[in-house]
Amino acid sequence: MKLAHPLSPERRLMSARDLAWLTASLAIVTAPHALRAPWWLTGLTLCLYGWRLYCTLNRAPLPSRWLVLAFALAGLLGVWLEYRTLFGRQSGVMLLMLFSGLKLLESRTHRDAAVAAFLGYFLIVTNFLYSQTIPTAAAMAAGVFAITATLVGFSAPQRAAPANARTAAVLLAHAFPAALALFLFFPRVDGPLWGMPRDAYTGLTGLSETMTPGNLSQLAQSDAIAFRAAFESEAPPAAMRYWRGPVLWDFDGRTWSGASGGSTPFTPPRGTGAYRYSVVLEPHNRRWLFALESAARVPEHAHMTFDGQIYADGPVRSRILYNMVSITLPEARADEQPRWLERALRLPPEVDPRARELAREWRTGSHSDAEVLARALGFLQRGRYAYTLDPPLLGANSIDEFLFDTREGFCEHFASSFTFLMRAAGVPARVVTGYQGGELNGADHILTVRQSDAHAWSEVYLRGRGWVRVDPTAAAMPTRLQAGLSGALPQDARLPLMMRADMEWLRGVRSQWEALAHRWNVWVLSYDQDRQRSLMLSLGMRSADWRNMTATLFTVLGVLTLALLAWSLRRITRPDPVQKAWQLFCGKLAARGVERAGHEGPRDYSARAARALPGSRRAILRIASLYIALRYGARPSRAGTERLRRLVRRLELA
Amino acid sequence: MIGALLERHPRLANWLYGFTPPERGTVVLVHRRVYIVPTRLGALFALTLLILLIGSINYSLSLGFALTFLLAGMGLAGMVHTARNLARLAVSTGRAEPVFAGEAAQFRLYLDARGAFDRPAILARHVGSRSQLVVDVPGGGIAEVVLAVPAERRGWLPLRRVMLETRFPLGLFRAWSYVEPDARCLVYPRPERSALPPAIAESASGGLRSPVPGNDDYAGLRAYQLSDSPRHVAWKAVARSDDMLTKQFSGEAAAELWLDWALLPAGLGRERRLSRLAGWVLAADRSGRNYGLRLPGVEIGPARGDRQRGACLQALALYGEPS
Repeated sequence: MKLAHPLSPERRLMSARDLAWLTASLAIVTAPHALRAPWWLTGLTLCLYGWRLYCTLNRAPLPSRWLVLAFALAGLLGVWLEYRTLFGRQSGVMLLMLFSGLKLLESRTHRDAAVAAFLGYFLIVTNFLYSQTIPTAAAMAAGVFAITATLVGFSAPQRAAPANARTAAVLLAHAFPAALALFLFFPRVDGPLWGMPRDAYTGLTGLSETMTPGNLSQLAQSDAIAFRAAFESEAPPAAMRYWRGPVLWDFDGRTWSGASGGSTPFTPPRGTGAYRYSVVLEPHNRRWLFALESAARVPEHAHMTFDGQIYADGPVRSRILYNMVSITLPEARADEQPRWLERALRLPPEVDPRARELAREWRTGSHSDAEVLARALGFLQRGRYAYTLDPPLLGANSIDEFLFDTREGFCEHFASSFTFLMRAAGVPARVVTGYQGGELNGADHILTVRQSDAHAWSEVYLRGRGWVRVDPTAAAMPTRLQAGLSGALPQDARLPLMMRADMEWLRGVRSQWEALAHRWNVWVLSYDQDRQRSLMLSLGMRSADWRNMTATLFTVLGVLTLALLAWSLRRITRPDPVQKAWQLFCGKLAARGVERAGHEGPRDYSARAARALPGSRRAILRIASLYIALRYGARPSRAGTERLRRLVRRLELA
Repeated sequence: MIGALLERHPRLANWLYGFTPPERGTVVLVHRRVYIVPTRLGALFALTLLILLIGSINYSLSLGFALTFLLAGMGLAGMVHTARNLARLAVSTGRAEPVFAGEAAQFRLYLDARGAFDRPAILARHVGSRSQLVVDVPGGGIAEVVLAVPAERRGWLPLRRVMLETRFPLGLFRAWSYVEPDARCLVYPRPERSALPPAIAESASGGLRSPVPGNDDYAGLRAYQLSDSPRHVAWKAVARSDDMLTKQFSGEAAAELWLDWALLPAGLGRERRLSRLAGWVLAADRSGRNYGLRLPGVEIGPARGDRQRGACLQALALYGEPS
């Protein structure tokens, strides 16, 4: 018969303390999900946790397996009704959260509880699908600690909880060096390994491929960071900070959309005002990379389109870092193909008659395209337009309505209308979207560009000068460039909290925080195959393939384990040398037939031994008295210990 | 199967376990003797890590990698901590009080932490009898483990192999070690109740010729002597005064009772005889009389008290046994 093993987790029942720790750990790691989950699922999960606590506190029986199964099926049905799938990312995470409650409810033994704790690890990692910021990392570190303390509690049920928590902290501290080595040297593979669920990347914000009145102003209300740029020396002045994104060619009367013209061999622009910088781009699930106008190089794994957009090889689904060089004052280059110039003049028929009429007036009254341009800018400047994040809804003739009736709009209205007017007047023009400005951090000279810096402007093609950037918003609202969004909007406008100008001290704190967050992004979150390779090369490795990395990893881990072993034995007392010498002495006497009896003290024993072995009488008594002095004397000396050891070693019994 | 193999080849077992039994004095669990393997929970943990790693790769989650690696490091640290929980632990044994066959010998093991750190949740299990106990050894302290080992037959009962095991701190690894300390317990024969033989006054001691009167003839009190059985102490009288007093029975001092092997029926086997004699010793001791024991080749002169009882029972326990 197999005997119950008192240490085996299958046999040990969870105590109230174990349950309290486990529930608290699961609550920590579920909390961020609970805020995202539909209300009924959060409520259900909390009820399951509460039910389990109730059962233990009131010694009530746990619900039967069938009841738990029924809850599981009900939860599955609910999730399916909510998301219409069970295998998407969001629905998967929600199911995991539900299962944590169900597993907790049916947990009786330590084994069940450990499985529930491991589920907690999965809940932690799924949190990182949504956010990998420092606060998230800190919250989840608390979760890891709680789960670890819970597991320690399972294996030492009789020990005080604070002592177990301390052991958990020591374990995690000891785990850290190995974790660092693994993080740096574990050969990284570029994901994904298989197809992702369709909703894997929802919730990422950023510019879209099209521009409709209203979508940029909505984006501009988000505080989320689009990217950060670290300049090697000075950052360009605010008015030069145009970060080029999608270029839009085609207008259907309401929406501007891009043209796919393929890539052309890239010829870097010449000019002055060069800036070198690196960009840490947040994932936005689209292919374009942002660069200061005009980009003078193309990052790795990317190409440049004929209209100056930089496209990555695949959608940007994780934070990436790339190095850039840009020329802010490029030389003129008037070499556009005629078919593109023709396309830059196309307009939908029969919409916005008033704008067309205005453009026709400008055309007939001007001698050159440049003059038309000047008239248009003058029109916007005099037009008393208002800049707002809440533009009124526009009807079928959106350009006319904005220009002549509502006169309130966001940058997309200005860019759209201006480009329309230019085309109607026969000047080739296109819309460029991207970001304008960004906030320079006083702490580390890093420019942070947020979604609220999203912007749209125009480019017109002038004979002899090529494509020229024109910012109609800046023409109408000169403060937009100097002071950013908050300077251009009226003071009482709804603005993201961090964008408000009147909180100086808050901005200071934020600068420090942003600097930290940037470092976090660069060193922790963007650590990938490329950075790993460059680290290996900088460590003097000739080639940074996976074999070298694995060898390095195992070496480091081996050394760390040995160090840990050495530490673990450090505080264990070694046998006392005096005692060791005495035992050797007793052994020698015993070999001659004088064995020490259990009750005999050193004095009696040596006296008896001296009588039995009269030939060595003096040596025996000397050793005994020295031993007594060292062991029971007030001040044992090292020299005495040495002498005792020498005497015993040399003792040869006659 | 391996167990049977080791049973048949004790030297192989000695080599495997790293010591030759029995071990005298204090046994220190050095590295060579502590084994460690992952538990089933450890395998589940490894599977969890693998899934976390694949998920992190698939979704390019930097913090997912960080979590996975932190947990892997924790598993590694946990392994070292588990080994440390037993490393260089000192095991010594205490005296085991004699018991009668059929009872359980209570072996005392002392686990000395020999270090400032706690060693929680250490299981001590007697391999032969599966008697087991979980103790926490406090840092710098000693924990006592009492293992109840069934004593089947009279004679010396050696402790034999004891397993020490721990899964602290995470339960992902199981470390264990075997010790076989040189501890033994004296097992008296199983006592068999029967009427005492008539006490015949020996001619050598002179005096009385007649059988002594009943052993419950209360004769008075006298001052307590260290050798007196606690059963004869007049507790009521002690409660009234501060002096320890012993009840005296008539004839106690005069009559001598010999518990003689030869008095038993001839057809009785050796073990039955020893059992019968053990029963007599207990009965005689209870009566508070002087008694002596005669076995072939062994004679213990008449006396009374705990010492006499112990000497007689030991002689019975070890009769015919190699010492």
